[in-house]
Amino acid sequence: MSDILPISSRVPLATDNGAAIGTLPPLAEVRSQRHSATVRATHWLTTLAFLALLVTGVEILISHPRFYWGETGNVNMTPLFSFHIPSSRGSVPTGYGYVLPDQNGWSRYLHFQSAWLLVLTGLVYVAYGIFKGHFRRNLFPDAADLSPGRLAKAIAAQLHFRRPSKESAWSYNLIQRLTYLLVIFVLFPIIILTGLSMSPAFNSAFPFVVAIFGGRQSARTLHFFASVLLVIFLLVHVFMVFLAGFRTRVGAMITGRLTRSKERT
Amino acid sequence: MNKLTRRKLIMTGLATAAGAGGLAVAAKLAARYGLIPPDAGGLYGAGETLTYAAQRLLTRHSMAREFAPNQISTNPFANPVDPLGDEFKHLQTGGFMDWRLSVDGMAAHPASFSLTELKTFPSHTQITMNGCEEGWTYIAEWTGVPLSHVLNLVGALPEVRYVVYRSFQTDWWDSLDMADALHPQTLLCLGMNGRELPVEFGGPLRMRVPRQLGYKNVKYITKLTLTDSLKSFGKGLGSASPEGGYAWYAGI
Repeated sequence: MSDILPISSRVPLATDNGAAIGTLPPLAEVRSQRHSATVRATHWLTTLAFLALLVTGVEILISHPRFYWGETGNVNMTPLFSFHIPSSRGSVPTGYGYVLPDQNGWSRYLHFQSAWLLVLTGLVYVAYGIFKGHFRRNLFPDAADLSPGRLAKAIAAQLHFRRPSKESAWSYNLIQRLTYLLVIFVLFPIIILTGLSMSPAFNSAFPFVVAIFGGRQSARTLHFFASVLLVIFLLVHVFMVFLAGFRTRVGAMITGRLTRSKERT
Repeated sequence: MNKLTRRKLIMTGLATAAGAGGLAVAAKLAARYGLIPPDAGGLYGAGETLTYAAQRLLTRHSMAREFAPNQISTNPFANPVDPLGDEFKHLQTGGFMDWRLSVDGMAAHPASFSLTELKTFPSHTQITMNGCEEGWTYIAEWTGVPLSHVLNLVGALPEVRYVVYRSFQTDWWDSLDMADALHPQTLLCLGMNGRELPVEFGGPLRMRVPRQLGYKNVKYITKLTLTDSLKSFGKGLGSASPEGGYAWYAGI
């Protein structure tokens, strides 16, 4: 356990030439805890659940690639918008002369099973984040950083997509923190609640939830938009991981340790 | 590290035993309180059981949303059905006067009713949504006899746990647990929007379960069977839906 360094000693140790300081081991061998076991396990379970939800969600969408607003919507009504793709139902007027095979049975089973995995994992993660100080320590930004000037600067800097520095691997920057908070506390709750609002039994027990979203079809449409935002998040997230050094960052999320000697320069 | 490993091993062993024991107890309790769906086996059984158990605990007595008359869809849609055959056509020509709904199984007085008889029973009207698992919806006013009334009439035995219903579409049969079978909004539906139930929407007689999706609302109902077990029906999964890959419980 001696290879875990106290936080205060990290920065002085991070010399570029990798020279040993004092009696501590050479920098090339220094490995430290970056992500806790809970964060790593919940991260990958969420990844698994999200990918299953995405694939099955697309399959379900193909059976009716039309979106509406309000309570009702069907092929006899004008959609808000629709996708000009082939459908897995002959009753949908797509303009294509063929119907795709129906995949809704297993897609619905797996969609809901994955949703349970996502929700239960999310509950563990949020409880951990609150009670173990993960949110406070690693995700909540400093109040001072939230001034319009600093925010604008951080956004401008982020949009340059510069390769992050080595030290940045030890914590999240302002934009990262705000993005993760948005995903955890806004997008995931919205996608879960809009999903539940499509359940007739859930609506019977909690009618105010579907009412908040403006109706059953509105909830379905918002569910779709929330999923699009989450996919955009996933793409940018993976892109940033590549930019920062795929092996080190993914390695840290698997083993929990950040191997500094392998950090890209 | 060795000491820690041994302690860890013992703790992990104890936790696993406690977890397995807890799961076994939970499974027994769930089965006793009717929280395990008939299609609980297989790859998606865990998710399906969680969904069904959670919804049963939360929705046993909840009422499906009812809407205002001005929210009734002017353009409802019904999925087309395969041709129903000569016998159906013959009945249709006769204005469905010879249509019978038979009720058998665990009943003190198994019976068979004509549509005329059903229409003399207390009727219930509701404006509720019908939603398809594909994602589309419409709202209509539905009129029919509460299924619970017919179950009382035939003297359903206390052991009954499911009502199996069959239809003119022989490949489309289903079943309800008692929470939905006895629910006041569950209807043997005879009318829609103030008229006889149109054939395309399931007329002359359709199961109407507004707390579940459209595919549970089987059209052209001819027979109810009261039972305490679904094992002897089809493949034992509770309905034709799981045999075709769809969940038995369609409250979601």
